[in-house]
Amino acid sequence: MHQPPPASSCSSSGSCECARVGVRLSALAPAAAPCPAPRRLPRPRQLEPPSRGTSTLIRAGLGPWCSPTGSPAPLSCETGCGEGSWILVCRLLVPTQVSLLSMEEDIDTRKINNSFLRDHSYATEADIISTVEFNHTGELLATGDKGGRVVIFQREQESKNQVHRRGEYNVYSTFQSHEPEFDYLKSLEIEEKINKIRWLPQQNAAYFLLSTNDKTVKLWKVSERDKRPEGYNLKDEEGRLRDPATITTLRVPVLRPMDLMVEATPRRVFANAHTYHINSISVNSDYETYMSADDLRINLWNFEITNQSFNIVDIKPANMEELTEVITAAEFHPHHCNTFVYSSSKGTIRLCDMRASALCDRHTKFFEEPEDPSNRSFFSEIISSISDVKFSHSGRYIMTRDYLTVKVWDLNMENRPIETYQVHDYLRSKLCSLYENDCIFDKFECVWNGSDSVIMTGSYNNFFRMFDRNTKRDVTLEASRENSKPRAILKPRKVCVGGKRRKDEISVDSLDFSKKILHTAWHPSENIIAVAATNNLYIFQDKVN
Amino acid sequence: MMLSKGLKRKREEEEEGKEALAVDTWWLDPGHPAVAQAPPAVASSSLFDLSVLKLHHSLRQSEPDLRHLVLVVNTLRRIQASMAPTAALPPVPSPPTAPGIADNLLASSDAALSASMASLLEDLSHIEGLSQAPQPLVDEGPPGRPTGGAPPSLGALDLLGPATGCLLDDGLEGLFEDIDTSMYDSELWAPASEGHKSSPEDGPGKEEAPELDEAELDYLMDVLVGTQALERPPGPGR
Repeated sequence: MHQPPPASSCSSSGSCECARVGVRLSALAPAAAPCPAPRRLPRPRQLEPPSRGTSTLIRAGLGPWCSPTGSPAPLSCETGCGEGSWILVCRLLVPTQVSLLSMEEDIDTRKINNSFLRDHSYATEADIISTVEFNHTGELLATGDKGGRVVIFQREQESKNQVHRRGEYNVYSTFQSHEPEFDYLKSLEIEEKINKIRWLPQQNAAYFLLSTNDKTVKLWKVSERDKRPEGYNLKDEEGRLRDPATITTLRVPVLRPMDLMVEATPRRVFANAHTYHINSISVNSDYETYMSADDLRINLWNFEITNQSFNIVDIKPANMEELTEVITAAEFHPHHCNTFVYSSSKGTIRLCDMRASALCDRHTKFFEEPEDPSNRSFFSEIISSISDVKFSHSGRYIMTRDYLTVKVWDLNMENRPIETYQVHDYLRSKLCSLYENDCIFDKFECVWNGSDSVIMTGSYNNFFRMFDRNTKRDVTLEASRENSKPRAILKPRKVCVGGKRRKDEISVDSLDFSKKILHTAWHPSENIIAVAATNNLYIFQDKVN
Repeated sequence: MMLSKGLKRKREEEEEGKEALAVDTWWLDPGHPAVAQAPPAVASSSLFDLSVLKLHHSLRQSEPDLRHLVLVVNTLRRIQASMAPTAALPPVPSPPTAPGIADNLLASSDAALSASMASLLEDLSHIEGLSQAPQPLVDEGPPGRPTGGAPPSLGALDLLGPATGCLLDDGLEGLFEDIDTSMYDSELWAPASEGHKSSPEDGPGKEEAPELDEAELDYLMDVLVGTQALERPPGPGR
């Protein structure tokens, strides 16, 4: 194994997301040979008339999925993606903290900083993307990073003239959601890293999202302003109050168009309800409540009330010495507002009904697969620890991700999953080394496509995997700069597990364990996916003829 | 046999472990702060040692990752259970503790408490001969951040009086006053390299066990996990 991530140098042991980020390349010039060229960084739009953020558009067609015989096979899904080829739409680099600051200053500083960024390619740890989420229409895509920032991308409008630009996302809004805090009582620093973002369904012209760090959840309103009132009687053009004695006529203020501005304002702050680290938030289907889950407790909030929350699950033992299990993820049912699930570090899922009792410590259903005796090892528990749980859009299934597999469960069958997919089984023989360097504790997420027919999850070496539930075919793709050539066809990747390595295969020992795809998202209705690789956001779409 | 099929023999594992650790740091910029905190390039050859190291490291965090901690401790229990299959591992830790002591300790930011816990664990390491170089395990946090809010450690907290290292005032003698010291014969505390010898008589799957007998492992495990009630004068607040 080469280049495993540094283990104990991670201050937050657990998921080694603080990989030593290497070089942040300046963007590739579009449609040119892949040599770095300076590019204009996307600019935040709330402080000045917004320009569309730039993103490099790299046209690359990905090869079709392969059936076991190697011949191309169609991807079955009802959203009409046809042949099942995937194209890289764009690779987006979120602007660094430094460049954002420079945007607020005068032009000269901006030029200096731009050239600095061009000449000294670097990326800060703060840029590492820690969560990715499409909104309910897929028009917006939000990312949160380790530095506590949220960057929202908006989909390019389709136009007849530029059909090929469909599916491209550009920066829409950027704001600092969470700041580093210091807990004086415990003498602890609270990380500003955004653990999760969840969108609320759109109910008016504004967009609302929840973002959370380890301790505090915030509700943000993102709204556009394209008109401003002019012609006040009591204020002059600069906003200064006029002396009423000087007013001789009255006029009606009018709204005049202005350049579009996007503002993000924090509308609610839900704090001081979690002793342990928040790992999940989930908006309820009633759109009035949501839950936040930490290692030992789950709290239910009303959006309007910030100074209290209901505790609905508490697995903290009276005696902390007896602690053997923690909550790892939680989610509300997409349609039944009284039902939710939560997963544990022991590989179990509990489905709870809030109508049964106020404190849902007793589950309604308990999902656990019996351990396979032939695969038993010291690491059995660690690799069974569930890192993500997601309801299908239909609400009939749940999907869970543990270290080596993705499993689909039918809500009506508790004793075993109905489907199990091997993500990277070749790591089974490497568990000891992965334990040593803490990679075994990495928390991968998993996602459904809009029709629940395909599931996707990440792996190492910037690989991510898709499994078609109907055809049982799977594909491994790579999100990397080196393979993002314009108009090139990206082939599915293959890991060689032993024996003779073929030309395009990668051997297990050559995998880069510091390059991990932990966060991915799938557009709610189309075949557009977002894949976060450290500080890069890749957007892929299926090739439409 | 508790080991996974793919687990290599001890020596190769040690090599692989060393290689992994060595590779761990080669690509880091020497000036990078992470290098200073990188684990020492002394690979512990047994899974038990590794797990204990991880546990130490986890406990030393100012705010430990609970999931990581729980998983490491559970793995340690499994390993210990496999090394001493006949030893009855109590399913539930028995000794009652002051209710909410863990919460109280969590809420406190007592540097002395954490210091005494750190040195306790360190001393245990010395005695048990598990760790060759306990020095690097000394608190890695920046000096301005005492490991206050003691982690909800699974029983190690139970051993300490709230404010002072009163346990250690007795010295280590107090720790073991009612324990048969013949368990701690010097030959058992051989340097770690000798512990690498596999002892087939220890039972199946023992290639990674250090040369400790069941009772010691039991004791060590209990100390770490808090199943052992040590007799000592009650401190304030307990």
